[in-house]
Amino acid sequence: MTDIKAEIDVLPGLDSSARLLEVEDLRVEFRTPAGVARAINGVNLHLDPGETLAILGESGCGKSVTAQAIMGILDSPPGFITGGAIRYRGVDLLKLPEEQRRKVRANHIAMIFQDALSALNPVFSVGFQLGELFRVHRGMSRQDAKRRAIELLDMVKIPAARQRINDYPHQFSGGMRQRVMIAMALALDPKVLIADEPTTALDVTVQAQIMNLLAELQRERNMGLILITHDMGVVADVADRISVMYAGKVVEEAPVLDIYARPAHPYTKALLESIPRLDLKGQKLNVIKGLPPNLTRIPAGCPFNPRCAYTRDVCRADPPPPQYDVAPGRTARCHFWTEVAGNEPAVS
Amino acid sequence: MSRPSADAEVVLETRGLVKHFPITRGIVFKTKVGAVRAVDGIDLQLRRGETLGVVGESGCGKSTLAKLLVGLEKPTAGSINVRGQDMPRLSGAALRRARRNIQMVMQDPYTSLNPRMTVGDIIGEPFDIHPEVAPRGERKRRVQELLDLVGLNPEHINRYPHQFSGGQRQRIGIARALALRPEIIVCDEPVSALDVSIQAQVINLLESLQDELGLSYIFIAHDLSVVRHIADRVAVMYLGKIVEIGTEDQIYDSPTHPYTQALLSAVPVPDPTLRGQRDQIVLEGDVPSPANPPSGCRFRTRCWKAQEICAEQEPALTAREKSAHPSACHFAEERNVVHAVE
Repeated sequence: MTDIKAEIDVLPGLDSSARLLEVEDLRVEFRTPAGVARAINGVNLHLDPGETLAILGESGCGKSVTAQAIMGILDSPPGFITGGAIRYRGVDLLKLPEEQRRKVRANHIAMIFQDALSALNPVFSVGFQLGELFRVHRGMSRQDAKRRAIELLDMVKIPAARQRINDYPHQFSGGMRQRVMIAMALALDPKVLIADEPTTALDVTVQAQIMNLLAELQRERNMGLILITHDMGVVADVADRISVMYAGKVVEEAPVLDIYARPAHPYTKALLESIPRLDLKGQKLNVIKGLPPNLTRIPAGCPFNPRCAYTRDVCRADPPPPQYDVAPGRTARCHFWTEVAGNEPAVS
Repeated sequence: MSRPSADAEVVLETRGLVKHFPITRGIVFKTKVGAVRAVDGIDLQLRRGETLGVVGESGCGKSTLAKLLVGLEKPTAGSINVRGQDMPRLSGAALRRARRNIQMVMQDPYTSLNPRMTVGDIIGEPFDIHPEVAPRGERKRRVQELLDLVGLNPEHINRYPHQFSGGQRQRIGIARALALRPEIIVCDEPVSALDVSIQAQVINLLESLQDELGLSYIFIAHDLSVVRHIADRVAVMYLGKIVEIGTEDQIYDSPTHPYTQALLSAVPVPDPTLRGQRDQIVLEGDVPSPANPPSGCRFRTRCWKAQEICAEQEPALTAREKSAHPSACHFAEERNVVHAVE
């Protein structure tokens, strides 16, 4: 088994001293009959081993498309990557032939999805689907694969794994299905795990179980985790760094403590003020006026300017605000970030 | 937000409300082999101008409760008293008249509006069924007033639902619920399908409408933070029963039922400085099937306090020695898991 693993690990140009994952100026557009939707307009991200990066944003901000582009599972057409680079340990994934890209998936970078019921195949047993990974990627026998599948279900703490291995996805509860998804993603020991809204469809008590499990497995394996979510509560609990996305751009990037204490972009600040909190009494909710932009007609200048409380003429004019350095490891795309961050902390 | 006084008149009261869905076997000769006990004995009161939040996890029966209250499902047993009239016993014209008083806002604004009807027709449809509320000639004006009331442009009366965003569609759903000038609105997860930046808009709208029109809300949601924000009183449901009920402060600051405590402690708080300091209770396993609930206390299979008495005797929902507000636990005891700040 080890030599097969070694063979798979050999990617031309793989440099273990290079950064685990680096996304540079990524651009994705969707060519639709209604026009070209510019879903991602220059996204920069990076991830180190053992680190949790949260990508935070509302629907349509491009967070899931970013994940799909990294995984290489973007629907094309209509989706097209029009620029940028995605480097895994120095290898630009966008330049790899599909054959090698396939080996990167699951072996190096894996993903779990929001809706585990539709991500699992309903006509095969869970054991078969887990075992398939070992048979296809590792050339194991049916029997060995089944043995490994049981180990995996044990790892994600599914009770009575040996009995449940032949059950079908619909026989599992929502939380258990998400555990199966996690087992499947981690089967081949990837170095990067992308979790796209992993707990959005789950109840809070189950969400707590799943987030704890993910954190534990991440610690054990020193994995880099990209957590895609719109839930600012979950982010506060698990993330090391946060990238806030709006209209296909990272508008603010910062370590988790800084961003909650002193947001430097008006969008982040407004978001933090608009969520009801369990631990605040008689809280007044701030409203973000208007709607997220239509991606076929992103406003000129700063895309957030029609909804922003700080907007001045310069915000409406091109070019859009550049990435300002707020502090080491901290950026914000707002002309007036000093003003935004200088105000009293949004959440005290 | 003004808190309604405790002696405001009761506009809605349920007693022993039960809904069992039969489980049948066979195709030609159907025999009943069991029942899903979706709602299993609910007593609650709603006062004028008050918001009663109902929280619980999926499958606890909160949506069935909503459907029972507005008459979309017929209860298996129990009464729903709206202004002195027992809704399930009414029929014909009397039922139609009584229904005007209690309306509903649905969860999903994408599927609860007919895509082939204009906004004017959607909001005006209640007037077709209840023509005495607005005479034909006045309907357009009424619909435009309603659009204005919920913050939409009255000129958009001839547009179709797909031309509106999610938040705007939920406003249309609210306008439709308001059309017959009801006193009570049942909101079933009204903001859970919306983006965070839009949620606040709809929550604030519901609050201002309540102040303006003196509405009473039953606010059903799984998001405990939203419910804390909007509700005056909160009922916590588990497997078809209310396990704890009290004012917002009682439930959030001094919960006494272990399930409430676990539920509250599991809600992530958007403040990274509290990471690892929160008192988190992680429950084992899943919610049991409502077709075959555990004996005695229904929460005992996941409860860390469970003892023999919990399996033998079902705890009543009453105030107890260590619980000033009604709590259905033999071992009810205050435990602050949220540590709220002003």
